[in-house]
Amino acid sequence: MPHDHHSHDDAHPHALLPSDPALRVKALETILTRKGLIDPAALDEIIDTYENKIGPKNGADVVARAWSDAGFRKALLEDATAVVRDLGYYGRQGEHVVVVENTPETHNMVVCTLCSCYPWSLLGIPPAWYKSDAYRARAVREPRKVLADFGVTLPEGTAVRVWDSTAEMRYLVLPMRPERTEGMPFEQLAALVTRDSMIGTGLAKAPA
Amino acid sequence: MTRIHDMGGRFGDGPVQPEGEDEPIFHEEWHRRALAVTLATGSLGQWNLDMSRHARESLAVPDYATFSYYEKWIGAVADLLVDNGVLTRADLAGEDSPADGAAHPLAGRALTKDKVAGVLSRGGPTTRESNVAPLFEPGQAVRALRPAANRLVDGGHTRMPSYVAGARGRILMAHGAHVLPDSNAHGLGEAPEPLYAVIFPAGELWAAPENPDDEVVLDLWQSYLEPA
Repeated sequence: MPHDHHSHDDAHPHALLPSDPALRVKALETILTRKGLIDPAALDEIIDTYENKIGPKNGADVVARAWSDAGFRKALLEDATAVVRDLGYYGRQGEHVVVVENTPETHNMVVCTLCSCYPWSLLGIPPAWYKSDAYRARAVREPRKVLADFGVTLPEGTAVRVWDSTAEMRYLVLPMRPERTEGMPFEQLAALVTRDSMIGTGLAKAPA
Repeated sequence: MTRIHDMGGRFGDGPVQPEGEDEPIFHEEWHRRALAVTLATGSLGQWNLDMSRHARESLAVPDYATFSYYEKWIGAVADLLVDNGVLTRADLAGEDSPADGAAHPLAGRALTKDKVAGVLSRGGPTTRESNVAPLFEPGQAVRALRPAANRLVDGGHTRMPSYVAGARGRILMAHGAHVLPDSNAHGLGEAPEPLYAVIFPAGELWAAPENPDDEVVLDLWQSYLEPA
């Protein structure tokens, strides 16, 4: 069996760059730009996309539609990839989507213990805590204590199902629709859907 | 066998520190640039997603433990650029090289602003046609192999976390055939094979599960599993 050469390589090339991270990124960007391998305007465009265009509003739109339309909800739970593609929410780190539904019996929660896999096309770039060692290490073993860190306590009788994103499937939680929201306009419903409720570390907001 | 990134179930990490929903996505300007440089250099086509993950996991243990998130990204990108012959060590060290001034052979592949939206919206699906027949179907009992390890390259990349090794679960969903990271991360081809969501009772994984009704689902490739 071949061996992985990286495990014996103690002189990684990155150490040749400045050690301060901001200077390190700047140095690499400068070298790559000078050689014509990256275009600073393209970098600005990537940043603008994830800072301003793609974010949890996409996921909240999907959830509010599922709350409002039983046919949409059924199609979403059967083949979320096709449904989100029709809405324009297909894309990088959202190529294979599965939506999992919270019920009084089961609360779903998503983690990536090995790195930071996350449904970018629906929720944007993950928050720092999602990428933290504490969340990655603990979510699978003690999800209820992690939920407590978020101020969430589940009712007696609700089981927790944790999804460890070990492949390219990207999981989105469909939170339970809050009570007293019958007849609420779509935009107000969507505003109750938090990012954390779609990761499973939170619940949808109660109406004001 | 295992690497420091494989931390699911580990003890000793302290509380999770939630952030408000209105916190900025990037906390430092260089985080923005690190993300963008990573995505833009990826589109040069000199490595795949699995190689990219493997490069981050291959950071030296003290580096992985102390680097912040985007430091891991930028360190891995610098390593990938040199390991794949895009840049030289001299380039990173800021030393003049005779090639400076001449066009880089990959310059024509640089991601330009007008192509960004298309590249990001197309993504990189990993489903493939495969001649590996599915061995399992939903409901069937399976066991994750033990140890959790790459069985093609010793010490190589795998997506099987060590906490699941040897545990008995059942097939919850069949996801079709996907690129096998254990092969693709090492340039051994995509080797697509069936991928499954496999559900495990918490009591199969942990000595003291919080609740006997809790479960953990992992996406596992067919070659990670055996019938149980």
